[in-house]
Amino acid sequence: MNASVPDAAVQQQFDDAPQQKDAAVLGMWAFIATEVLFFGVLFAAYVVCRFRFPLAFVAGSARLDFPMGTAETAILLTSGCLSAIALRQIQLDKARQSAVLLLVTALLGIAFLVLHGMEYHDEFKEGLIPGIRYLENGPGAHEMELFFSLYYVTTGFHSLHVLIGVVLLLIMAARTWRGTFGAHYHTPIEITGLYWSLVDIVWIFAYPAFYLVGGAG
Amino acid sequence: MNAAVTSADAESMGSGYLVEGGRTLWSWLSTRDHKRIGILYAVAITTFFFMGGVAATLIRLNLIYPDGRMLSAETYNKTFTFHGVVMVWFFLIPSIPATLGNFLLPLMIGARDMAFPRLNLFSWYLYMVGGLFTVAALLLGGVDTGWTFYTPYSTMFSNSNVILVVVGVFVVGFSSILTGLNLIVTTHMMRAPGMHWYRLPLFVWAMYATSVVMMLATPVLAMTLSLIGLERLAGVGIFDPALGGDPILFQHFFWFYSHPAVYIMILPAMGVVSELICNGVHRKIFGYKFMAWSMLSIAFIGFLVWGHHMFVAGQSMYAGIVFSILSFVVAVPSAIKVFNWLTTLHKGTIDFHAPMIYALGFIGLFTLGGMTGLFLAAVALDVNLTDTYFVVAHFHYIMVGGSVMAYLGGIHYWWPKVTGRMYSETIARIAAVLMFVGFNLTFFPQYILGYEGMPRRYHQYLPQFQDLNILSSIGACVLAISYLMPLFYLGHSLFRGEAAGPNPWQATGLEWTTSSPPPEHNFHETPVVTHGPYEYCD
Amino acid sequence: MSLSLPEASNFAVPIDRMFNAMLVLCGGVTLGVFVVMFWFCIKYRRGSDANREGRHSTKMGLELSWMLIPFLLFVGIFAWSINLWTLLRRPPAGAMPVYIVAKQWMWKVQHVNGRREIDTLTVPLGVPVRLIMTSQDVIHSFYIPDFRVKQDVVPGRYTALWFVATRLGNFPLFCSEYCGTDHAAMTGTVKVVSREDYQKWLKASTALPPAEQGRQLFVQFGCSGCHDPGSGIRAPVLRGVYGSTVTLADGVTVTADDRYLHDAIVLPATQVVAGYAPIMPTYQSRIDEEDVLLLMAYIKSLGPQASPAQTGVTHAQR
Ligand code: HEA
Ligand code: HEA
Ligand code: HEC
Ligand code: CUA
Ligand SMILES: [Cu+2]
Repeated sequence: MNASVPDAAVQQQFDDAPQQKDAAVLGMWAFIATEVLFFGVLFAAYVVCRFRFPLAFVAGSARLDFPMGTAETAILLTSGCLSAIALRQIQLDKARQSAVLLLVTALLGIAFLVLHGMEYHDEFKEGLIPGIRYLENGPGAHEMELFFSLYYVTTGFHSLHVLIGVVLLLIMAARTWRGTFGAHYHTPIEITGLYWSLVDIVWIFAYPAFYLVGGAG
Repeated sequence: MNAAVTSADAESMGSGYLVEGGRTLWSWLSTRDHKRIGILYAVAITTFFFMGGVAATLIRLNLIYPDGRMLSAETYNKTFTFHGVVMVWFFLIPSIPATLGNFLLPLMIGARDMAFPRLNLFSWYLYMVGGLFTVAALLLGGVDTGWTFYTPYSTMFSNSNVILVVVGVFVVGFSSILTGLNLIVTTHMMRAPGMHWYRLPLFVWAMYATSVVMMLATPVLAMTLSLIGLERLAGVGIFDPALGGDPILFQHFFWFYSHPAVYIMILPAMGVVSELICNGVHRKIFGYKFMAWSMLSIAFIGFLVWGHHMFVAGQSMYAGIVFSILSFVVAVPSAIKVFNWLTTLHKGTIDFHAPMIYALGFIGLFTLGGMTGLFLAAVALDVNLTDTYFVVAHFHYIMVGGSVMAYLGGIHYWWPKVTGRMYSETIARIAAVLMFVGFNLTFFPQYILGYEGMPRRYHQYLPQFQDLNILSSIGACVLAISYLMPLFYLGHSLFRGEAAGPNPWQATGLEWTTSSPPPEHNFHETPVVTHGPYEYCD
Repeated sequence: MSLSLPEASNFAVPIDRMFNAMLVLCGGVTLGVFVVMFWFCIKYRRGSDANREGRHSTKMGLELSWMLIPFLLFVGIFAWSINLWTLLRRPPAGAMPVYIVAKQWMWKVQHVNGRREIDTLTVPLGVPVRLIMTSQDVIHSFYIPDFRVKQDVVPGRYTALWFVATRLGNFPLFCSEYCGTDHAAMTGTVKVVSREDYQKWLKASTALPPAEQGRQLFVQFGCSGCHDPGSGIRAPVLRGVYGSTVTLADGVTVTADDRYLHDAIVLPATQVVAGYAPIMPTYQSRIDEEDVLLLMAYIKSLGPQASPAQTGVTHAQR
């Protein structure tokens, strides 16, 4: 066994640490492939509905809070960047810095959720939430409802992923702070980072699809 | 056979992993040992199979009379829905991958366990939770949408427990995603020294191809079902024409999963059969590389043919043409497999042990079922045949005649490895032959019924269809008996069976080099592989 | 093999011919598989003294041949079936339209002159008939085994099916897409009668022609309040709209076909005509599919373009 690795970190089914790490990373990639198809359904449904109701989608998009959505995008992208740096730092054995970066990443994730919650709240007040409180009436209301349905299902599932990511990041931050990880062993941080990029990428598709319909927003 | 029992095996006889991890119920429910998890699955899956079987029995009893006097229309609809849902998601999809795959894959590649043992146990719990939801739906009154959940019936019209079942299938879907993930990573990362890709047994290739499909198709189902649930709860409307949505879109999503899913059900069976044939014939498989790659190509092309379930659903004429030709293309790798198995028989030394009988039955029935798939893939013929009993017969030939036969064959073949004991060969052979006969009696008449125009999911039918239906119901009784038999003789062998020894079939393959039952971490020392999987030398 | 199934439409014979050819081909191959399997099993059973020298574990030539031969056969079958399929999907121009509305659990039929039936479809012998179908609720499927035709009937859109009945008599009609509790009871009869009888039967009805019924509904539902040329509200005049090219508010141009008119009535906001405010209310829950068909018949009758309904009648009378 690899001498630099504490034996306890290698589970019995693996021969050595590199094998364990490769397995974890491959597992995460495979999981990401699954997630891509999971969200893929929503984007396919989006394309079909938008093609049928281009006007309602423009109208619906105009009702979303464009500045807020843009701010959320900026936050998420920044956090993605920080998580990458956190990984870099732990590879350089700078555990404390890495822990702080992970914490900040998690906090940005929380900020994203809070902003999104505020958006949902406003939309609730305006009565734009299908099935819960939808007050739009008159011509086009029905078709716009489809837009909002897709918007809520997509961003809802996405936010769920953000939430899971935040929990993971917080755990990683705490463990890194306590010195569990270092240059020799940091697989969990790496796969958390991978997961966080997935969260980012889904948003990169969701943002233009919902906030930028019809050009101006 | 047990002349070969060595002292090391006598020691592990009736012990091995079966006791090493502890004897308490909790030691099983909290185990991380892939072998024990395989057994947990086997117990659960068998239970579900018989639940689905009871539903099938009710279906067949009801269809003895044209007026369907036994069940009310509503009960009948709930019965076939439960039958379909349970048989597909709770029996056939997990059957081979989660039991035999779990048990054997690490053994076959010379690993100590799966890559993620905890995840593996977690998948089993997910499976059980999904099962609970589905059974709860049954107890609370059942669901009547058919296993295909077509909208808008399932979303706006059916007033049954659709949500519970949808949640159940959603959860069990994640169980199969995680199983697939585990199998893929294990195959990539955990192979013993010298076990390179072309030395893998075909069963492992089959698991690999299956897992890819599981991972890439199941999430589509999961999301589609979520949308159904949301549509019922919140009136989301994506599939509801009254709200501007599109019911055909649902069918596209559903079949995008469910066609690949039929290959989740058949590929593992093909893997099992390849092992059984090689052992029964005592020679190397013919065309190993073609066998491996044909499975991967089935998995791949399988993603492109979903529209053949929707020829008359309202898609365009050109879509029909494209999906038709692609369906024929996916049949080519299946042809490769059938012909390679046949050629493997050539110049072999054939033993007709029970697993071999199952394997031969598989080849025949799969061919028949696959051939009728070609009738359905030819659009012009499908117009008349779709949604009739011809389709019912087609898929039972492949799923019951094919996959279930292979599963049972596999259970018999690896039984001595799993339990360390032999079962009674004579009774097993009788059961296998009985199954073949009963099966054909049940489902062959359905081809004729379908051609004559009897629609499926009919609780009552025109009197002219009665004779063939009675024949089919009689066949189902024979089939039921042949399914109950293994329960008894295999159960009996658990307590009374002779000791099997490490390799009762004189088989090749790493799983036969360790004791039966294997020790907790599979091998006393990590094996080193120096040759391919089927080096039989007689 | 036609077993006991009558061949009662123009499609029955060519489809049966293809089915039988498939039966011979696939049956032959399957039989071959079984025969070879048994033969090898007997010949090479353990203990037999068959020659086992010189066995191979792979042979490229063999693999290629059983890849290519089935593939070529498949292409042949495919071509044959596509040929039939396009025939099934391309009704001749003059086919007589009959409108069908499916509903849990019945078939409502409306003929060109307004005569209606439930769970029976009366058609003349030897005349191309085109069924234009939609559903009021869930998906159903219109299936006449003896004609070898079937088509799903989908809510929110029109699907079509055509045939020429070639035999007098009564033939069973099934709903073959699962549609709820009484799916199995959603059956009916197709009555094929001679052309003269059909004409007589049509005339025996006192029903107003669909366009006339539609005109009444047009007034009754208040459509005329907006759409009549004299009304004070700015709404398009519907004369000539059917079959024309309409420019929508988002610049897209569409052809005003059946589905367009249907959606314009039921979901008006999905396609707002350029230059108009989207003020038309939705009639979603107020008008059922049969009435939509009548309104459409009326709108079509307004146009200078010859509507298929009229062509159909002339054809049937010829
Ligand atoms: C394990 C399950 C399984 C498998 C493997 C298959 C395999 C195939 N299926 Fe099947 N199918 C189902 C399960 C399966 N199916 C189910 C469950 C349904 C109904 C779902 C529902 O509606 O509820 C269905 C329905 C279904 C339909 C839709 C019918 C309808 O509803 O209208 C079609 C249409 O194309 C089809 C085609 C095929 C084809 C072409 C194959 C091919 O992959 C088969 C290939 C195999 C062979 C062809 C045999 C071996 C080949 C040779 C020996 C070659 C030599 C041949 C010649 C030279 C001719 N299937
Ligand atoms: C893996 C999948 C699988 C399996 C193994 C089976 C197994 C069987 N199936 Fe099933 N079937 C499907 C998958 C499967 N089926 C699917 C997906 C559908 C479509 C559903 C839908 O339309 O939504 C379907 C539909 C279906 C129908 C059509 C219903 C309809 O359209 O109206 C019929 C009719 O004969 C049928 C019969 C049978 C029979 C006789 C068996 C037999 O092989 C079962 C034999 C087993 C037993 C009989 C159990 C053992 C015996 C006992 C437990 C005895 C004790 C019982 C009593 C005392 C009551 N099945
Ligand atoms: C309140 C006024 C109003 C009423 C009532 C109304 N419409 Fe309209 N209709 C309009 C307007 C305005 C348009 C153009 C904008 C649009 O397409 O939505 C229109 C468009 C249409 C079109 C598409 C016309 C085209 O040129 O493409 C059809 C068809 C139609 N209406 C049919 C009907 C029918 C049938 C009814 C009654 C059941 C009806 N309308 C009732 C105002 C009305
Ligand atoms: Cu209508 Cu089935
Ligand atoms: Cu399919």
